[in-house]
Amino acid sequence: MRFHFKTSYDDDIRLFIDGWKFSLYAALLVFMLALPWLIDDFYLGEANNVLIWSVCGLGLMLLTGQTGQASLGHSAFMALGCYSCVIMMESGVPFIIALPMAGVITGCFGALIAIPALKLHGVYLAIATLALAILADDIIVLLEPWTGGVAGKVPPDIEVFGLTINRWGNPTEWYYMTLIVVLVCTLFYRNLLRAPLGRSFAAVRDSEISAQAMGVNIARTKTIAFGLSCAITGLGGALMGLFAGAFNNETFNFLLSIQLLMMIVVGGLGFIHGAFLGAIVIAFLPQFLSIVSDTMGHGVAIPGLESAVFGVILIVFILFEPMGLYGRWLKIRTFLELFPFARKDMFKRQKSYLKTERLR
Amino acid sequence: MEVLQLLISGLANGCVYGLVALGFVLIYKATEAVNFSQGDFMMLGAFVTLGFVNPEYMGLPFWVALPLVFIVMGTIGYLLDLIVLRAVFGQSQVAVIILTIAIGFVIRFVVGIIWGHEPQSLHSPLALGDFRMGELVLGLADVAVIVTTFVMTMLLWQFFQRTKIGLAMQAASQNQMAAYYMGIPVKRVQGMVWALGGIVAAVAGILYASKGSIDPTAGFIGIKAFAAAVIGGFGSLPGALAGGLIVGIIEPFAARYLPPGYSQIAPYALLIAVLLFRPHGLFAQVRTKKV
Repeated sequence: MRFHFKTSYDDDIRLFIDGWKFSLYAALLVFMLALPWLIDDFYLGEANNVLIWSVCGLGLMLLTGQTGQASLGHSAFMALGCYSCVIMMESGVPFIIALPMAGVITGCFGALIAIPALKLHGVYLAIATLALAILADDIIVLLEPWTGGVAGKVPPDIEVFGLTINRWGNPTEWYYMTLIVVLVCTLFYRNLLRAPLGRSFAAVRDSEISAQAMGVNIARTKTIAFGLSCAITGLGGALMGLFAGAFNNETFNFLLSIQLLMMIVVGGLGFIHGAFLGAIVIAFLPQFLSIVSDTMGHGVAIPGLESAVFGVILIVFILFEPMGLYGRWLKIRTFLELFPFARKDMFKRQKSYLKTERLR
Repeated sequence: MEVLQLLISGLANGCVYGLVALGFVLIYKATEAVNFSQGDFMMLGAFVTLGFVNPEYMGLPFWVALPLVFIVMGTIGYLLDLIVLRAVFGQSQVAVIILTIAIGFVIRFVVGIIWGHEPQSLHSPLALGDFRMGELVLGLADVAVIVTTFVMTMLLWQFFQRTKIGLAMQAASQNQMAAYYMGIPVKRVQGMVWALGGIVAAVAGILYASKGSIDPTAGFIGIKAFAAAVIGGFGSLPGALAGGLIVGIIEPFAARYLPPGYSQIAPYALLIAVLLFRPHGLFAQVRTKKV
């Protein structure tokens, strides 16, 4: 157990609590940079997939984990990010501008959507965004001249500073590109949480009434949260579409956003680490299941098995480990650090009772 | 005449949406949780009935099977609440949303394993024959759906307004703590409402299956039922039915008169419009609470 003797106010909001934490994350970064030499191209592609999922997860985490708003419509924003990025690339905008612009466009659109959605909370917001996700499919078909409709689109090769990046041609460069996006998003996210805005997100999540009493502008905070969340998810969606190599209206269907939500819950709601852990689970689960069913000797794909297994995992997590994988790790770590003084009740959920806003 | 025909088929579809929406509202009214798997409940109810009634399975007579189906679905609903949902009792709505979505996935998978993924049709006495009134063709199933739905809605509405347990359910949803103080066994009441939700889902499932074939993906009509519930205002039983009817009637007319591609958007566009202009539905029940 290390004790932190705080000598200045900065100690509370420092990016890394101490040198040890810093060196841990530095080691992780070095490991990620060295990854292309450690594993072969297939697994590098998988690692890339994990990173792309975690970008999308970070986006939703900002909304659901930090601000407490459930969205089932983030697949629509992934689609928007992807289509806007590719359409810009096709019309000759360099990729290095097109990708951030895709994020900005998605973010602005998300904020625009959020303004009416603000009146809604909890269930209503979830349903409105679910409707949005379902509509996205039809809207993409209707906008066929731009989006290619059902036939879909094949994104052009990515060119950055004269370097052509192709998933099959040079996976290492692809991986580094994703890694840079992940790093930027994560640092942005982490710094946001230290800023007043991030604090007001948490305040809105924990109690809207108290946040309002403390002078947080709820409507503004939620709008910004929604916009930022959509922007990050849009970046992730753009990467996902480019990585897939071809996409159409069904690539980003509403099941994707449910998967995204499940991912961050399994990883751990409200933790940056949770987005990454959840991404690892969601990216490797299909492979794991196919390996298992191969060894069982069936060799026949059972329809719906993947989502059912994911559903069961999710139920188990919500019942027994609502803080997700990262929460479990926190408990283990606390147990080890405090040994033998850790108590069972340290993470116990407070009993809460529900009150409704309805009158009848 | 064509308009009338469209209206009737829309009404019958809308009643099924309304019944599923009724299940949402029922559970929402009593537990403040939204059951995102209500559509899958409906599908399960239909398949359980199919398992009892169809000759290739158990081949029981329909009217004998009916109470059995209600018992099975009620038990499933109650057990689900007992085992799964009670663990998130009093927690945030987000947890319940995610949990019920996961339950929906599991139900779909289990049904697929037991009954297969092929569309099957229920041997229901409601599915046979149709009336003719001049040029108008009325399926017996459609009439049965409409009648049953109206009767169910009225019964449930009165149940909530008049009976002691209905009032206890309302109390439990509005303020759990206060309900405890008043001596209401909140947890058992919630279990009961889940059982009731299962039974309503079974009725919806049987009616849905009587109108055509059913397969494990049928649960996705739950999404349209959501639209119905929201349009009606989530807390109101007659509102849910009205919302279902609106969605059901809009669909065939949109398919008939709008260019292709726009028609399937119509219910969701309506949903978003309602959320924009009347965020709490057409039959709003929410007023700002005084502190």
